[in-house]
Amino acid sequence: MESLFNDFSPGLFIMQTFILLILIFLMVKFAWKPIMNSLNERESGIQAALDAAENAKKEMQNLQSDNEKLLKEARAEREGMLKEAREMKDKMIADAKEEAQAQASKMIAQAQESIRSEKQAALAELKNQVATISVEIAEKVVRGELEDKKKQLSLVDKMLGDVTLN
Amino acid sequence: MKIVQKSIKLLTLVAIALCSFQSFASDSGKKDNNQNDGGVVDTKSEVDKYIQHHIQDAHDFTLFSYTNDAGERKHVGFPLPVIVWTSEGLKTFMSSKFHHDDNGEEIVTAGNVKLAKIHGKIYELDAGASKVDFDAEHHATNAHKVLDFSITKSVFGILVVGFLMLFWFIRLARQYKKKSIPTGFGRALEPLVIYVRDEIARPNIGEKHYRKFTGYLLTVFFFIWLLNLAGLTPLGFNVTGQIAVTAALAIFTLIIYTASGNKHYWKHMLWMDGIPVFVKPILAIIELAGAFLIKPFSLLIRLFANITAGHIVVMSLIAIMFVMRESLGTVGSTGLSIVLSILIALIEVLVAFLQAYIFTMLSALFIGMAVEEHEHH
Amino acid sequence: MYNLIGAGLVVIGAGIGLGQIGGKAMEGIARQPEATGKIQTAMIIVAALLEGLAFGALILGKGA
Repeated sequence: MESLFNDFSPGLFIMQTFILLILIFLMVKFAWKPIMNSLNERESGIQAALDAAENAKKEMQNLQSDNEKLLKEARAEREGMLKEAREMKDKMIADAKEEAQAQASKMIAQAQESIRSEKQAALAELKNQVATISVEIAEKVVRGELEDKKKQLSLVDKMLGDVTLN
Repeated sequence: MKIVQKSIKLLTLVAIALCSFQSFASDSGKKDNNQNDGGVVDTKSEVDKYIQHHIQDAHDFTLFSYTNDAGERKHVGFPLPVIVWTSEGLKTFMSSKFHHDDNGEEIVTAGNVKLAKIHGKIYELDAGASKVDFDAEHHATNAHKVLDFSITKSVFGILVVGFLMLFWFIRLARQYKKKSIPTGFGRALEPLVIYVRDEIARPNIGEKHYRKFTGYLLTVFFFIWLLNLAGLTPLGFNVTGQIAVTAALAIFTLIIYTASGNKHYWKHMLWMDGIPVFVKPILAIIELAGAFLIKPFSLLIRLFANITAGHIVVMSLIAIMFVMRESLGTVGSTGLSIVLSILIALIEVLVAFLQAYIFTMLSALFIGMAVEEHEHH
Repeated sequence: MYNLIGAGLVVIGAGIGLGQIGGKAMEGIARQPEATGKIQTAMIIVAALLEGLAFGALILGKGA
């Protein structure tokens, strides 16, 4: 302890205090303050740049998701349109088919109708002709038969017997 | 072109330095015996004496000494100014006037005062005395110490480091004006500055107050670190191993944390909450002793002791070369000494940084305690 | 003489203490590697305080 105090040099202590005081003053004023200011400035600049980059990234992401959404919508729309078209096509085909069917059946029906009416007409004419011929034949026969009274009577009888009263 | 200019500058400096060394050497030629660091250093006691001499402050800057063929002791280095406050006021002369005498034999007369240098300290002889008398314990009986403001080796080192710091960091500050990233040596300094700010000041003092104290902490950190490193060079500085220097540093920290202590700090120290009233004064005394004695004392002793111990260890290991020559042979002792001293020197490089870091760190911690805000009260 | 023995005892104590600090810090780091920085800082502070004590004892012992 004694040697410690013996080693202590008050002059050196005063010189050191004095020089350190000046050194701290000069360093703070001319070195540390500008250095710290520039460092802080730079750091805040870097921070701002990072923030900006982050923002840009976020924006980009937003944009991308927007794009995706749009794309999705477009795709859905296309899908819808395609589906609609297909449906329409199917419907048209079906409609056409149906119409054709109807037309065809209508035509068939018409044809059948006309065939039937033709047939009817033909039959009627045939009947008429047959009737005329029959009548003529009958006239002839009747004329021949009716030359004799007996024959006439027996015929009437026979005919009456044939007639069923319905 | 720049390189040429630089080398010319360097050559000029070297030339000037050599000239002054030479003049100093020839100046000191006439007086050669009775010197503390003189002659052969071979035995353990001589080594001890040499180391003791080294870790003390010196009044001149000696790089090395040798004995020439004519048997004269030559010192290569340069003298430093002696400034002392004597009974007749301030006296100034160059230390070469003592002719490397350290035993009080060379008496320098400045005006009417007679001055002698004994073991690195300057004594003023009492009136009428013409020669220093010593008692049995080698204390001067007819002389007393004077207040010594000399530019000693330590003060010289402090000035050199101070100018280096100013030069480097002002240049770094200027570089920032042009662009935001420094070039050259500034690129090595910048991470250190950021390290001190972000690892020492900010976490220990707190986000709110650290800006005010960063300047002091940075100055102290680089000051101590550079002086510690200067102590490892062959220039032989032992500035941070001077108790006066570390005491001044510790007192700066003491003043700063005492002056910036807030209400809570003082309340916590003088009248602590939550304890019985009769214990409060006792605790206050303990806390005051802690704040005003133990904290600065531990700061100054730690730095002083670490650096001094480091110097003693390195020099002792170098001395193995001479002391163990007989038992190990010349090659063996030299090899052992070189290996060990290189290892220890490497550790000392680490210690140089560590002690600067710890001093700054503890200063920041003490300041942080003083300015800490207690929201929970 | 006795003061040197006393200083030696303090140094032994400080050595044990430093060992404890270092060992516990290592344990802590091994357990929580993410807290390495904080543990190191705390370790260095405590080690520095202890070292100050040891040096104080050495100087008091040597000079007394």
